[in-house]
Amino acid sequence: MEIILSIVLIFMIIGALFALHARDLLSALISCGIVGYGLVICFLLLKAPDLAIVQIVVETITLIIMIAVVLDSTRHELKKTAIERKWKSLINSKALVNVLITVIIGIVLLYSFRLAITHLNPFGEHTLRMSEAYLYGGADKTGSANLVTGILFDFRGYDTFGEATILFTAAIGVLTVLRIKGRK
Amino acid sequence: MKGMSSIVKKTTQLLSGMIFLYGIYIITHGHLTPGGGFAGGTIIAASLIILVLAFGSDELTMVKRKEGSSVTESLAILAFLLFASLALIIGTNIFFHNYLPEGIIGNLISAGVIPLYNILVGIEVAAALFTIILAFIIYKEEISK
Repeated sequence: MEIILSIVLIFMIIGALFALHARDLLSALISCGIVGYGLVICFLLLKAPDLAIVQIVVETITLIIMIAVVLDSTRHELKKTAIERKWKSLINSKALVNVLITVIIGIVLLYSFRLAITHLNPFGEHTLRMSEAYLYGGADKTGSANLVTGILFDFRGYDTFGEATILFTAAIGVLTVLRIKGRK
Repeated sequence: MKGMSSIVKKTTQLLSGMIFLYGIYIITHGHLTPGGGFAGGTIIAASLIILVLAFGSDELTMVKRKEGSSVTESLAILAFLLFASLALIIGTNIFFHNYLPEGIIGNLISAGVIPLYNILVGIEVAAALFTIILAFIIYKEEISK
C-alpha cells in the first residue's frame, strides 16, 4: 500500500509543479485537479471514506467554479515586464548557489526525518489512550453507528459548530466583497 | 451568463433531481454510513449549481434566489445553535449534550440529536455554497451591463 501511496504522491507533486509553470491558466487548473483527486485516492487507501467523499465533492465544486471564472477571463499569460526580466537574469546568474543550497537543505531534512521515523511505531499501530476511549466506547455513548459522525457531532460539537460558522462567514464575506451598490 | 445547448439542458433536468435525492440520502444516513452533513450539503449545492450553469442566468431570476438561499443559510445555522443550546434547558446543563434517547445502534432513527444536527448542517452548507456561486454570477452580470 505504501508503494501505491508514494506513486500517487509523486503524481500529485508533478501536477503541482506543472500548475506553477503552465502558460495557460486552464491547464494549470486541471493540473491542480490532479492534486485534489490524488488526495482522494490517498484518503481511500488510508481507509478514510468520510474524508474521501467530502474531498471529492468539494474538489469538483471548486474546480467547476474556478473553470467558470477562468473561461471568462484572459487565459494566456501576459508579457513579462522589464523588472521581472531583470530579476530573472539575476536569479539565473546565481543558479549554482541556489541548487547547492536546495540540495543541502534536502539532505538535512531527509536525515532528520529518518531519525524521527525510526523511533515511531508503524502507521496505524499503537493507538493513543485518548483515541482508544473513542474507538471502543464511542458507539455506545453516542448511539451512532458511524464513529466519525458520532465524534464530530457529539464529542467535538464545538468544532463542528465552528466549521459551520466559518462557512457562514465566508458566504457573508463574498456577498460583502462582490456588492457593487452600497447599502443606503 | 449564457445557457448551454438543449441536449445539456435536458440531461441536466433529468439528472439534477437524482443528484439532489442522493445528497438527501447522504445527509439522512450520515450517522450510519460514510458521509454526513458537509458531504451531502455539497452534493445538494452541486445539483443546483449544474442547473444554473446549464440554463444560464437569463431564464432564471438570480437575485430573488440569492436572497432566499442567504436567508435559508442564516436560519439553518440559527436552528443549529438553538438545538445545541436546548441542551442547557433539557437534562444536564451541558452545551451540545445529546439529550434525545439513543435508540438501537444501526437504526435510521437513532443516535439522539446527531441526525438533526446533520440535517441542519447539510442545509447550511448547501445554502452557503449556492449563495457564493450566485453572488459571483450576479456580480458578473452587473459588471457586464
